[in-house]
Amino acid sequence: MTTQTPKATATRPEQPAKAPSRVLPEIPTWRRRLRPYLLSIPALVIVIGILYPFVVGAYYAFLNYAAVNPNPHFVWFDNFKSVLGDQVFWSSVRTTAIFAVVATAVETALGVGLALLLNRSSFIGKIFEKVLILPLMIAPVIAGVIWKLMFNPQFGILNHVLGLGNTFDWLSSTTALWSVILVDLWIFTPFVAILVLAGIRSLPKEPFEASEVDGASWFYMFRKLMLPMLWPYILVAVIFRFMDNLKVFDHIYVLTAGGPGVATRTLQIGAFEDSIINLDYSRGSTYMLLLWIIVFITARYLVSVLGKAQRRAAGAES
Amino acid sequence: MALKMRRSELLPGQKRLSPGSVVADVGLIGWFLFSLFPIAWMVILALKNAEEQTTTYFQFSPTWSNFATVLSDKGTQMTSVDFKAALLTSLLNCGGAVIVSLVIGIPAAYAAGRWKYKGSNDLMFQMLSFRFAPELMVIVPLFVIYNQIGLFDTKVGMIWVLQLVTMPLVVWILRSYFEDLPADLEQAALLDGYTRTRAFVMVALPIVRPGIAAAALLAFIFAWNNYVFPLILADSNAGTVTVAITKFLGGGGQAYYNLTAAAAIIAALPPLILALTIQRYLVRGLSFGAVKA
Repeated sequence: MTTQTPKATATRPEQPAKAPSRVLPEIPTWRRRLRPYLLSIPALVIVIGILYPFVVGAYYAFLNYAAVNPNPHFVWFDNFKSVLGDQVFWSSVRTTAIFAVVATAVETALGVGLALLLNRSSFIGKIFEKVLILPLMIAPVIAGVIWKLMFNPQFGILNHVLGLGNTFDWLSSTTALWSVILVDLWIFTPFVAILVLAGIRSLPKEPFEASEVDGASWFYMFRKLMLPMLWPYILVAVIFRFMDNLKVFDHIYVLTAGGPGVATRTLQIGAFEDSIINLDYSRGSTYMLLLWIIVFITARYLVSVLGKAQRRAAGAES
Repeated sequence: MALKMRRSELLPGQKRLSPGSVVADVGLIGWFLFSLFPIAWMVILALKNAEEQTTTYFQFSPTWSNFATVLSDKGTQMTSVDFKAALLTSLLNCGGAVIVSLVIGIPAAYAAGRWKYKGSNDLMFQMLSFRFAPELMVIVPLFVIYNQIGLFDTKVGMIWVLQLVTMPLVVWILRSYFEDLPADLEQAALLDGYTRTRAFVMVALPIVRPGIAAAALLAFIFAWNNYVFPLILADSNAGTVTVAITKFLGGGGQAYYNLTAAAAIIAALPPLILALTIQRYLVRGLSFGAVKA
């Protein structure tokens, strides 16, 4: 993979086939070294273009910038003091944590289960595999609209089909968080399933045959052989799901807009309320900076776990 | 025989149509009832007429008229949502964003996949971090900046901000494809007298073409499905289908549930069709090249 260009064999481009014997001097090393950088410059511009607002946003967190206060000044950590002393913020942290942990855990368990079932199924699995990804490819906001229609207490189909009459409220202050988790796992369980299924299909056959000859039970083989080898695939899925669930917005916003009250007000919804609805940019940016720190630390941790698991799985395979 | 059963044999004791496979089938049917019911219900709702939309569940006389209404001027007057315009805007925004990402992303992905150079990993991980960063961290300042420099509610502004979605996807997926590409192939072309650029265009690009197509289509899907960016950074001029669809539920006025369902189906169709065409590459794409299925 580290191979560079050929040593001394670049020919003149205008007459390639006619004079293959005429060998031009080697491309200077500095030009070869420079090449990947030149190719990356446009992408670097994009990266800087995205980092610029990011830095500006971090700066806002230290100002008292709002639409009502267009000439802000530096207030140091006042925003952080005010946000961290606010009960609503901590309720948002709690909601985000419950949502991210529960949704990710259920999606992972269901997704691994689905992958195992699909792997073991007869012809039905072949058909289902094709339609498995349908909810995943529908925009989360459209999924939110679909479920919002189904959740409607009066005419919604769910209460009718499940025989709950027309009074059960799926989006009340006690039920809303669980209902949006239900929608999230409807959308994203297939994501875990297809990743793990790809993992199962890439596993080597020999260890399973060997332990079958040794008379190992199904459960023992699953726990001692399959799970360790699948662990990297499961972790990749967990990382994607957990990171996305920490910053969930679309389907919650369309289903409940964070309500009733603050029942489903996750951190991104809170930031949206503060900065876009109340036009208090500094407060919203403070929310986002705090969420970003949480995401950053979690990502670092999960990626290091993944690295370890990949090394262990590689050991288990060899 | 052994070859035919290879896939299902990874776990011990697996045979087609064994008791185990029947149990698995039953479990799968349970999941797919849950998974497909909301979609089936949307189709039913979209086929109902205005009287049936809230009064019946499964009894109705199917009509296609809702789809036509949603896309017509009459529908725009009824619901005050110009869905046709939103579809066109989505198409232009997402198509533009994907093209920009490809033009800029392919060289960067090639450089990162072919050579190890200082700073390569930093650039790649910076890209990846965009995938995981909370969107509002960037959008709130952009909301202020766009309003100041006049990019608010413009397609150019949307294409620019959508790079946050499409660029990491394109670069990471394509890097994994370029890494898998043997360098020998291009070297052979160089020996035959190709220039470096021609070797890339004539040899490397055609081989990774399926990867490019998959990355482009997946980037298009994610851009199409994006909601936060147009919600905050666009209004009537650059508003997309994802924003338009929520307006059907709109406050105050009369609710047109059957039209909402029809619009939801229209808006969901392009990503679904594209996803089915690149199904083979989905796992690799969705995991940013981390899982090579």
